[in-house]
Amino acid sequence: MELNEFVANLAEQFDDTDASVITKDCHFRELEEYSSLVGMSIIAMAKTQYGKSISGADIRSCTTVEDLFNLVSNK
Amino acid sequence: MVEHFNPFTLASKQILVTGASSGIGKAIAIACAMMGATVIVTGRNEERLAETLSRMPIGDHRAISADLTKPEDIDRLVENIPKLDGFVQCAGVGSRVACKDITQKAVDYTMNANFESPVLLQAAILKNKKINKAASIVYLSSIAAWSPSMGNAIYSASKGAIISYAQCLAQELASRLIRVNCICPAMVWTDLVLQDGVTRDDLLEDEKRYPLKRYGTPEDIANLAIYMLSDASSWMTGSSIEISGGIIKL
Repeated sequence: MELNEFVANLAEQFDDTDASVITKDCHFRELEEYSSLVGMSIIAMAKTQYGKSISGADIRSCTTVEDLFNLVSNK
Repeated sequence: MVEHFNPFTLASKQILVTGASSGIGKAIAIACAMMGATVIVTGRNEERLAETLSRMPIGDHRAISADLTKPEDIDRLVENIPKLDGFVQCAGVGSRVACKDITQKAVDYTMNANFESPVLLQAAILKNKKINKAASIVYLSSIAAWSPSMGNAIYSASKGAIISYAQCLAQELASRLIRVNCICPAMVWTDLVLQDGVTRDDLLEDEKRYPLKRYGTPEDIANLAIYMLSDASSWMTGSSIEISGGIIKL
């Protein structure tokens, strides 16, 4: 898993948030567009693109995009 | 003889239960046996089917393992069952995925297990004349059929599809007094609800929203299945019964 690619994939899960906003230090859950539906897409992304199973609670334990990257990497 | 009044007895009935290796199917199979039926259980996992059988009172019950998404398994199952007085289709899967993330694989996974397989198994049973007059057929649907939630689109559609199918089947079989009904539960504590990122803590929080302050148990659902399989429900067909702890429709 590579961080930059992960950040780009995560940015894809948002429709109205500019990709430039999604960086490794971004507090993604505080973004205006963030919702449980985006969370669901992140779970789907972890599964289909990285073959990892994560939970909603896992996502809620992350603050930054890098936290999320580490979470998925370590699953 | 008032003390023996029991309109819900299943004595002398032969009942097939699919998805009987876990969850609601397992609870229904055991409850049927306790009400006097001879039960045939089917599911994919032989060991877990044996566990279901071990929980039944003594009788001529048996397990036939089968993956109902495989046509050859449906054929083998139908060949090996007696003529049925009751048939409960509980086998099913759940999935939670946002509409924009739905893939062909996700559609097939849920629709094959929840809609296609039950429909094809039913056709095979009818073609092979493995169902008695005045039998009762029960499908496990869900309030999800009309109660939308995010991520539940394919699951909801599969459960809505089975209700529509069952209503037509009820029309076709009524002349032989065979009844077809659906059970539509709200959330029930089974392995099925704990998946795709949902944790037990999330659900423990969610169940507080229910007027009766809890999710259902498999046994809650089994008791409704007993009624539907028994002669007590002789005038009920084409119905979809909601059992929901009082949670209101969205």
